[in-house]
Amino acid sequence: MSQFTDWDILRNLLLAARWTILLSLLAFAGGSIVGLLLTFMRISRRKPLIWVTRIYIEIFQGTPLLMQLFIAFFGLGLLGIDVSAWTAAALALTLFSSAFLSDIWRGCVESLPKGQWEASRCLGLNYLQTMRYIILPQALRIAIPPTVGFSVQIVKGTALASIIGFVELTKAGTMLNNATFEPFKVFAMVALIYFLLCYPLSRASQYLEEKLNVAGKRA
Amino acid sequence: MSLVSVRDVHKYFGDLHVLKGIDLDIKAGEVVSIIGRSGSGKSTLLRCMNGLESYDQGAIILDGMEVSTDEFQVRKLSQSVGMVFQSFNLFPHLTVGENIMLAPTLIKKTSKAEAKKLAQEVLEKVGLGDKFGQYPEKLSGGQQQRVAIARSLAMKPKVLLCDEITSALDPELVGDVLKVLEQLAAEGMTLVLVTHEMNFARDVGDRVVFMHQGKVHETGDAKTVLADPQTPELRQFIGAVL
Repeated sequence: MSQFTDWDILRNLLLAARWTILLSLLAFAGGSIVGLLLTFMRISRRKPLIWVTRIYIEIFQGTPLLMQLFIAFFGLGLLGIDVSAWTAAALALTLFSSAFLSDIWRGCVESLPKGQWEASRCLGLNYLQTMRYIILPQALRIAIPPTVGFSVQIVKGTALASIIGFVELTKAGTMLNNATFEPFKVFAMVALIYFLLCYPLSRASQYLEEKLNVAGKRA
Repeated sequence: MSLVSVRDVHKYFGDLHVLKGIDLDIKAGEVVSIIGRSGSGKSTLLRCMNGLESYDQGAIILDGMEVSTDEFQVRKLSQSVGMVFQSFNLFPHLTVGENIMLAPTLIKKTSKAEAKKLAQEVLEKVGLGDKFGQYPEKLSGGQQQRVAIARSLAMKPKVLLCDEITSALDPELVGDVLKVLEQLAAEGMTLVLVTHEMNFARDVGDRVVFMHQGKVHETGDAKTVLADPQTPELRQFIGAVL
């Protein structure tokens, strides 16, 4: 059995953390794209579109992310579609994030006073113009802090991908623990790395919230 | 021919019959004050006049156009009718100038330079020529409301609908807004106001429409009606307000 120094452990964890970061970024980007689409469907005035998005959001918010990962990984496999752990994780996290992000964004759009819509209507703006010039610019500003805040959930959510065998930070931690039998040390390091990834994000969210609240009203 | 013609309009909110057959004609240049208790249907009537609210029966013709809530129709109507709200509803992310320039540039395709000139013009008119670059939240309520009026004026409407536009203001700011309305009235603008300002209704208004339980209960020349109400309901209402 080879000997692992503390540096070896840390080095391997940091290498694996790259995959955590990459998976998070992918999930966030993918989730944003799908989420944006869902948001527009949800705030459209077409009943069928609204229902579809509602059901979608209920499903992804109402089931554990782990189950979604299992279904993406094993379920698609049973259907004869061969997916790697990486693809399954990216897919499941994207869909999961999109459900939450679109719900956050819909809330932001709907939180704007009805008077904004009415004033736009009275001035003769149509739906798209009202969206483009009045609603979205204001909703975007409100949406930034909770969106950044949710990215913390994504980073932590990637840990579950370890269970389907994707070697990211948590999985690397498990493997290193199996090799070194030093769970406290290994997992403390793992936790620390997660913290270093998430803490700046939650601070950024708080900062943005304060900043956009105070200055936000101005411009 | 009247500029606004309301014919036997009925409106329901679910089971609630809020407008029970309203008939009303408003001539160009007239200043009409709609008064009544809350829940009498006066705001609803006003909101029906520009298609913000639908009605279930009857007809409203404004400047020769049938009023409906259809988006295309509302857009067409917006060229003839402006509306000012109790809560101002300025766009907080735009400057005063941008608030005013938005609709002319988007809807009437006015050029930027021209829209800017127009905005400055209407701002001068409401006495806020120096506020062009300010954001609405830097202004007092009275100033915001005057910007809202200016924003409506920039579309050069034939009728301006005012929905309790002084009700959310501190008492000392009400005067400035009313002064703007008075000036507009003097210039011949057609004004339809839902209001609790009885003095204004009497001194500036031409006609008073008293609404009670979804109907026009009493109407006539402003000075006459307010000085000598014929129905006990109006008498009671005036007694309660003054």
